[in-house]
Order: sequence, then C-alpha cells, then structure tokens
Amino acid sequence: MRKSTRAATPSLERRAVMRALVSDRDDDLLVVPGLGSTNYDLAATGDHPLNFYLWGAMGAAAMIGLGLALAQPRKRVLVVTGDGEMLMGMGGLATVAVQQPRNLAIAVIDNERYAETGLQRTHTAYGVDLAGIATAAGFESAHTIRSERELAAAVPLLRGAPGPVFAAIKVRPDRPPFVLPEKDGVEIKNRFRRALLGAI
Amino acid sequence: MLTPPVPTPFNLHHMPPKSGSAWPDRIYDVFVRERIRQVAYVPDAGHSRLIERCQADHRMKVVVLTTEEEGIGVLAGAWLGGDRGALLMQSSGVGNCINMLSLATVCRFPLLMLVTMRGEWGEFNPWQIPMGHGTPPILEQAGVLVYRLSAPEAAEETVEAAARIVFNGDRAAAVLISQRVIGAKSFK
Repeated sequence: MRKSTRAATPSLERRAVMRALVSDRDDDLLVVPGLGSTNYDLAATGDHPLNFYLWGAMGAAAMIGLGLALAQPRKRVLVVTGDGEMLMGMGGLATVAVQQPRNLAIAVIDNERYAETGLQRTHTAYGVDLAGIATAAGFESAHTIRSERELAAAVPLLRGAPGPVFAAIKVRPDRPPFVLPEKDGVEIKNRFRRALLGAI
Repeated sequence: MLTPPVPTPFNLHHMPPKSGSAWPDRIYDVFVRERIRQVAYVPDAGHSRLIERCQADHRMKVVVLTTEEEGIGVLAGAWLGGDRGALLMQSSGVGNCINMLSLATVCRFPLLMLVTMRGEWGEFNPWQIPMGHGTPPILEQAGVLVYRLSAPEAAEETVEAAARIVFNGDRAAAVLISQRVIGAKSFK
C-alpha cells in the first residue's frame, strides 16, 4: 500500500477558500456544494436562493452541476465539493468531459480527509491526483491549487473561463463550526427554481 | 460534445417480439410531446433505437453515463434549470441507483426512468437473474412508482401515463420494459 504523500501542511483555510470562490456573486452564478463540509462552508458565506444545498446524494454534486449547466447555458454553474464526495463520483468527470459544458466549473476543496466521519485519510492523501484525472478525462483546464497566489489566479478561471474547468484546492484539515443551511429538499429545490425560472 | 461512434446492436432475433417493433419510435414520440430535453443513459441493446432517435434530435441533450446513478443527479440538475429529462438503463443498473434515488424522493424531483428488463423472460445469462428478479420490489421500496410494459402496442400509452405522473406530480416513476417486448438477447 502507498504511504501518505502530504509533504507539508497546506496554508489555505477552507472557509476562506469558499468565500473567495463565491465572492461578489450575482444571479448569473448557480452554486452546487457537495454534502458535508462544503455544504456548511457555502452556508457560512451567507444564504442564497441559487445555492442547491445537498445533505445526501454523495457523488452526485458534479452531475447535478452538469444537468444544470446543460439546461442553463447562459449561467455560470460552480460545483464546490469535497475530495471524498468527488472520489465517490469520479466517473462523472468522464461524463462531464464528453459533454464539454463551457459554463461548468468544478472546485474540490481538498483536505485529503473524510472530515465528517473523523478525518480519515482519503485517496488524495495517498497521492491520487484529481486534477490529473480531470485533465486525462478531457477537461478544458485543470489545476491543483496550494497557495493564496494560485487561488487568486484560479478564481477567475472557475468563475468565467470556458469550461469545463477543474481545480483541486488543497486546504488544512480543519473542522470549522457547523453552519447549517435549509434541510428540506423540496424547499431548497422550489426556492432555487423560483429564483432562477420565476416559477416552481 | 464529442461525437461517439455508433454502437452495433446485439442480435435480438433469437426470441423476437410478438409485433410492433416500432415501439421505441412511439416512446420517442412521447418524449417529443412531453418536451423531454435531457436524456441520460447507460445503454442497453433494447434502448439502442430510442437512443439513436434522441441523438438525432437537436432539441435533446443526450448524456452517456459511466454508471446509472449519475443520471439521477444529471436530471435533478436539469429540472433545477428548467429542463425535463428521462433516464434509460437496463435492470442491472437499478441496483446502482438505490442510494441516489433519495435525491429524487427527498426533493421530489420528477424522475422518469425507462428500464429494459434482463433476467426474467427467457434469460440466457444466469448472472442477470438476481437483479432482474429484484428490480420491481427494490424500486418500490425506494419510493419509485413502477409500471409494467409487457406488450409493444402499449408502449406509447404506458410511457405517456408515467410521464404525466412524473411531471404533474413531482414523482419518480419507472417503466419496466419486459424482455417479451425487447426480445431476449441471443448469444448465438
């Protein structure tokens, strides 16, 4: 079995990363977090009707983003999920790459841990390279982000460059306080559709 | 989107369907009438004609999946963005979907599934039998409405009826298409 590969503790903090990813958002940005930490991170930036909060469906965040991006080609769709969630739906990177949605970006906030269940190491802690997999699948661009400077360069790509864009953003394995968004799936769905389409 | 090569269907003539081999075209007609805009699939030989019709229709975005549960996410996203969709798979794929069906049922996303059955009528491959046998009760346990399509003549009305329940009632429903309709796969 491979040994854990982490060289040094990353400097980036997950909540600050999420704030940067959705900074100055407007109604042309549709955001899908994964279940668990990224769901709370997104809620911590402030509630928004164009957030589709997930409390389950592990592995589906990128796929929900894909269906949404295909339905709304004039809007920017940003999936922000965790490494564990992305690993469970890794085949979805191939499915996205076949469709080549120009308006879809996937950011993985990668703490190399299953934070919800006790910070057990994920595959990325053993060197599995999600950006490399996205590149090989056929993403327009894919990056691994390790510093403030790299994050500052990646945010405009994730928010506006022709997609599909992928970024794995290495962060410290912190567990910041829970910020819990709406939990009722029907309410989250109807609120999103009302804000986007004007009807449920 | 990248252009895929056209798949070669398996030989389906060992146990031919009784009549009405144009049933996939009738299902396509329902898709057009119901304004289906995203069609996600893991292929089955029994769905090959319908997939080709959808791929030829520029109004439809056709999404090939690596595993069936991806389609439940794709169609949830489609609905959030205002698109109606349909998910095509064979019965072995139903097992891959079980946890992901909670996305559809908890949020009450409309989810129209067309499932070609294996492991039942005249099946040659014993490895298909467990999931073929389990498909109806598993879907019902997961909260999906189940409709049977056992004769090609009933394809249009059955899929139309399921689509109306799905899109008017915000529910998940599966139409199980019998091997009596498709013809059992031949290994000769």
